[in-house]
Amino acid sequence: MTRKTMTLALITTALVATGAQAQDVTLTIESWRNDDLTLWQNEIIPAFEAEHPGISINFTPSAPAEYNAVLNSKLEAGSAGDLITCRPFDASLALYEAGHLTDLSDLDAMDNFSNVARSAWQTDDGSVTFCVPMASVIHGFIYNAEAFDELGLEEPETEEEFFAVLDAIREDGTYIPLAMGTNDQWEAATMGYNNIGPTYWRGEEGRQALIAGEQSLTDDPWVEPYRVLARWGEYMGNGYEAQTYPDSQNIFTLGRAAIYPAGSWEIAGFNAQAIFEMGAFKPPVRTAGDTCYISDHTDIGIGMNAGTEHPEEARIFLNWVASPEFAEIFGNALPGFFPLSNAPVTLEDPLAQEFVGWRDECESTIRSTYQILSRGTPNLENETWGASVAAIKGTATPEEIGQRLQDGLASWYAPQQ
Amino acid sequence: MKHARIRWHIVVFLAPAVLVYTAVMIFPLFNTLRLALYTRIEQERVFVGLENFRTLFFDPIWAEQFWNALGNNFWFFLIHMLVQNPIGVALAAILSHPRLRFAALYRSAIFIPTILSFVVVGFAWKLILSPIWGIAPSMMEAVGLGALFRPWLGLEGSALTTLALVSVWQFVGIPMMLIYAALLTIPEEILEAGEVDGVTGMAAFWKIKLPLILPSIGIISILTFVGNFNAFDLIYAAQGALAGPDFSTDILGTFMYRTFFGFQLQLGDPHMGSAIAGAMFAIILVGVCIYLFGIQTRLRRYQL
Repeated sequence: MTRKTMTLALITTALVATGAQAQDVTLTIESWRNDDLTLWQNEIIPAFEAEHPGISINFTPSAPAEYNAVLNSKLEAGSAGDLITCRPFDASLALYEAGHLTDLSDLDAMDNFSNVARSAWQTDDGSVTFCVPMASVIHGFIYNAEAFDELGLEEPETEEEFFAVLDAIREDGTYIPLAMGTNDQWEAATMGYNNIGPTYWRGEEGRQALIAGEQSLTDDPWVEPYRVLARWGEYMGNGYEAQTYPDSQNIFTLGRAAIYPAGSWEIAGFNAQAIFEMGAFKPPVRTAGDTCYISDHTDIGIGMNAGTEHPEEARIFLNWVASPEFAEIFGNALPGFFPLSNAPVTLEDPLAQEFVGWRDECESTIRSTYQILSRGTPNLENETWGASVAAIKGTATPEEIGQRLQDGLASWYAPQQ
Repeated sequence: MKHARIRWHIVVFLAPAVLVYTAVMIFPLFNTLRLALYTRIEQERVFVGLENFRTLFFDPIWAEQFWNALGNNFWFFLIHMLVQNPIGVALAAILSHPRLRFAALYRSAIFIPTILSFVVVGFAWKLILSPIWGIAPSMMEAVGLGALFRPWLGLEGSALTTLALVSVWQFVGIPMMLIYAALLTIPEEILEAGEVDGVTGMAAFWKIKLPLILPSIGIISILTFVGNFNAFDLIYAAQGALAGPDFSTDILGTFMYRTFFGFQLQLGDPHMGSAIAGAMFAIILVGVCIYLFGIQTRLRRYQL
């Protein structure tokens, strides 16, 4: 008798379990962010599943360097996950054009994002958005606050004040004024040119005009940042020509340098390494009172596999990713990677909060070379690396640099011909 | 007359090596050359004949990079020929001196860098020469030459020469070993006969040993040539795929890598990449042929 009851009980449980499973949908996410695996498993997924019973999420990241290749072969074979983490610009655009990503323009929560935020995952004419923007990185300068206190310096607002601060640090001699080297080249372009540049080409206005062919790289707004960069060289450490990116990070976190031209992705690492108080200031404007511009560069998005069996549930998840709640969790767990939605987010990390606060004061733009302009040969982004280094070292004049970049771009980009 | 029998065992014994070599070397080589004759237009692969090579040699943007890389490659080779091989010969001559003590120790110490990975060598020298943490500045300071230190790897004028010398440091053991082996094969009687005629010391080296090891020096030169024109690893490990500063260390290997696989926002172009690989193959082939038919056949050989 007891045995019979037991069997019955077991069968009932099994039936109930199967019933529940039939309604349950598991969505799989493809991603290259294997660094974020614990964050997804411990914070993001539980928060979503608590609100949406019946949908469970499986986050399956692969190694960053292999992601594009792995994802492509999975998509070809039809075995890719329901949700796809999107690289910015051409890599994802190619996936959309090949029919692997769904048009998400009509997603309700898409209105939470600005045009700048969406630009990384749109067709060239801007008519279709195929990924929900997730995170961006912001450029600026991180400084050693204790060094500033010691020397009685204030955060510079204008270009003039910026160089006055650098002069003061150099005169004192305790600290290297600027922690940057030119050996690896990309810092000069990313943390140099594209950091201070938007102020001169007026952010989106200039960037769009360049894409449309209304401005050229020999125009003053595009050459002026090289003139400013040319003055940086003398404030960088001895032998900066052979100083690498990790060298610069170490020089700064060891307290040997005062100012680090930064991207916000450094925040988590610097918090762990530096034993001194840090502050941040935004790229200086030309004259006090000018509108400030920041490079708020789109980096991570998430889209829907066109071949998914659960489009309804995937849309529910994407709407949630676009919500302020997700922004709050994501932004706090990964200081330095900022959610892109328009909803105001409070971050607990003071340095990260400083960076993200600039969004309210300044106009946002993305790196000038990333959208459309780096599709041909010579590649404008790669050329900009060398050009920025040449400006800092003084091996070419800013005018020559502008002319060279313009010639390269015009050789393949029709609107510039 | 007896009909010649087919010797099946020859075929059987050759087959594994021939098949493996064909699969992993010959087929990819010809397929790469074939790939260089195509291009991709709107997702379609189109046959374009020698168009890619015309672009490579005559399009101003491509040609500038190609000739720059080729010129750098020749400079890289020249440094090896002028520094590595004479030092290798000199070391071998010293090591083969019968009264040198600890010869085995020196031999091993000089040879060891050869077995290190390029990545290790590139990274170690980058650190040694680093203006920030390196020991080179303080060592030069200690002997009063501190003012002469420069961030060599970061300057357009000196980066390539510095890397060539690092490569020389790494590989000087190879010519040393080959020459050393050649010197050991010279019979004592010849040297003794020379001594009787009054040829001793340096004169014995120049007049007896050097002519006898010339064929070995020829082989070393051709190995250096092939190795240098295929070089890639050290430059990539030390300076990255953009071969900075300002492409001053760009050689054909890094140029090919960047073009074939792409870099950062630059998408890979297997067809242009194959064209560069084809050009590299042709350059090496011509170089080896010049050596084989122009030099090696004229080298005088002595019966020992």
